[in-house]
Amino acid sequence: MYSSKVMEHFRHPRNIGEIKNADGIGEAGNVICGDILKIYIKVGKAEGKEIIEDIKFQTMGCAAAIASSSMITELAKGKTLEEAMKIKKDDIAEALEGLPPIKMHCSNLAAEALHNAIEYYYKKKKSPKM
Amino acid sequence: MRRIYLDNAASTKVAKEVIEEMLPYFSEKFGNASGLHSYGVEARESVEKARELILKKLNGKDYKLIFTSGGTESNNFAIKGIAFANKNKGKHIITTKIEHDCILNTCKWLEREGFEITYLNVDKDGFINLEELENEIREDTILVSIIHGNNEIGTIQPIREIGKICRERKVYFHTDACQSFTKVPIDLEKDCIDLITLNSHKIFGPKGVGALVIRNGVKITPLLHGGGHEFGYRSGTENVPGIVGFAKAVEIMNEEKVEYMRKLRDMLIEGILKIENTRLNGPKENRLCNNTNFSFKYIEGESLVLYLDEKGIAASTGSACASHKLEPSHVLLAIGLKPDEAHGSLRLTTGIYNTVDEIKYAIEVVKEGVEKLRKISPLVR
Repeated sequence: MYSSKVMEHFRHPRNIGEIKNADGIGEAGNVICGDILKIYIKVGKAEGKEIIEDIKFQTMGCAAAIASSSMITELAKGKTLEEAMKIKKDDIAEALEGLPPIKMHCSNLAAEALHNAIEYYYKKKKSPKM
Repeated sequence: MRRIYLDNAASTKVAKEVIEEMLPYFSEKFGNASGLHSYGVEARESVEKARELILKKLNGKDYKLIFTSGGTESNNFAIKGIAFANKNKGKHIITTKIEHDCILNTCKWLEREGFEITYLNVDKDGFINLEELENEIREDTILVSIIHGNNEIGTIQPIREIGKICRERKVYFHTDACQSFTKVPIDLEKDCIDLITLNSHKIFGPKGVGALVIRNGVKITPLLHGGGHEFGYRSGTENVPGIVGFAKAVEIMNEEKVEYMRKLRDMLIEGILKIENTRLNGPKENRLCNNTNFSFKYIEGESLVLYLDEKGIAASTGSACASHKLEPSHVLLAIGLKPDEAHGSLRLTTGIYNTVDEIKYAIEVVKEGVEKLRKISPLVR
């Protein structure tokens, strides 16, 4: 059912856990399907641009949700925030060598959680009290 | 890699004795049971012997056993067959919320054909309420269909009480006994059963064969018309090797085997409930001898099943993520689980070929898997 890449990330998920004092936290999830994803980012600077210096995830979900979360942390790490905002579900699915059609929403959730984390960071920057 | 099969409610390994019994019917005794020649006669004799043996197990003296292709066909035949043959009397059918999909989807199809279906509630352990059943039976009720042993949570319904109510109210009673047959005693006469669905591959027999047993005098329309096989109730050349294997499987099942599966089941329950934040779904008493079903908080069932598979253990889940519909199991929702509890469910079902050692290993691996998945779960505090 799953590609070997999905299974590999499911077996050995990268960047698990939470970041204390994270700059951005993003959640995505769906009670009906039962997947809940949480992504934490630490923002740093490189060549004058804001980049994702560190990223971690926590996921309750199926193998596709866990692998998608793991993959997006790999894809986003070191990227500028602008670049990271452009990561779409298809990029994740492609990097995972495909997802079953019924599981495509899992990659969508991962992208959503990351984008939410970045937006959270932007908002926090505007109103630091948040 | 070591492989441990704990999905015996889905299907079972065919017993060696069963295979041996079947083999000649592929090569030497391959005749069509309708043939007039010696090939036909030996096939016919074997089919009739099988029929007799299975009926005897059920104390079905005044019943006809119709061989079918399995549980799904038998259930379709029972529900549609009764509906079509009795629609002049009424168009109301009663069933439960925890039936197998082949009953539920047949009922939904009948709803579109103008029938009215009542789906009985179940309590937290999966038992129906007999009073509710009595209250729901109406003038135009033609059939009550209630699963005997539930395939997901193992609940064994009080079929004798149900049967008596139906007999008294003059409504046909059908029960789907795919999971319970040979594991729970069934007496067709005393249990007041009008129709019962049986199948072979859940009891160490071959796939592709089952039966619908019908009390003589019950009005039912066949699904398959043709050459008039099976007393005109189910046309199509008999699956002789399958039928012979099915009967052998019934013959060799005994109380000792049932007790053995129960012992392994209880080991699983005891070992796995030691994991924190775990619940047993389904009843403690009146539970199928081979069924366990757990919910683990904070994790999702599909990933647990895949983790177990990686370690060689075959299991199943009622999680939405493992279903084609992305909805959690209707059975777990019917017993009152919240969607997030239903997502974290795991079903392990024992069989006669499992060993105590396998069960011990499985308990350890389940513990590891739950721990590993909880470690990455955002819900664990």
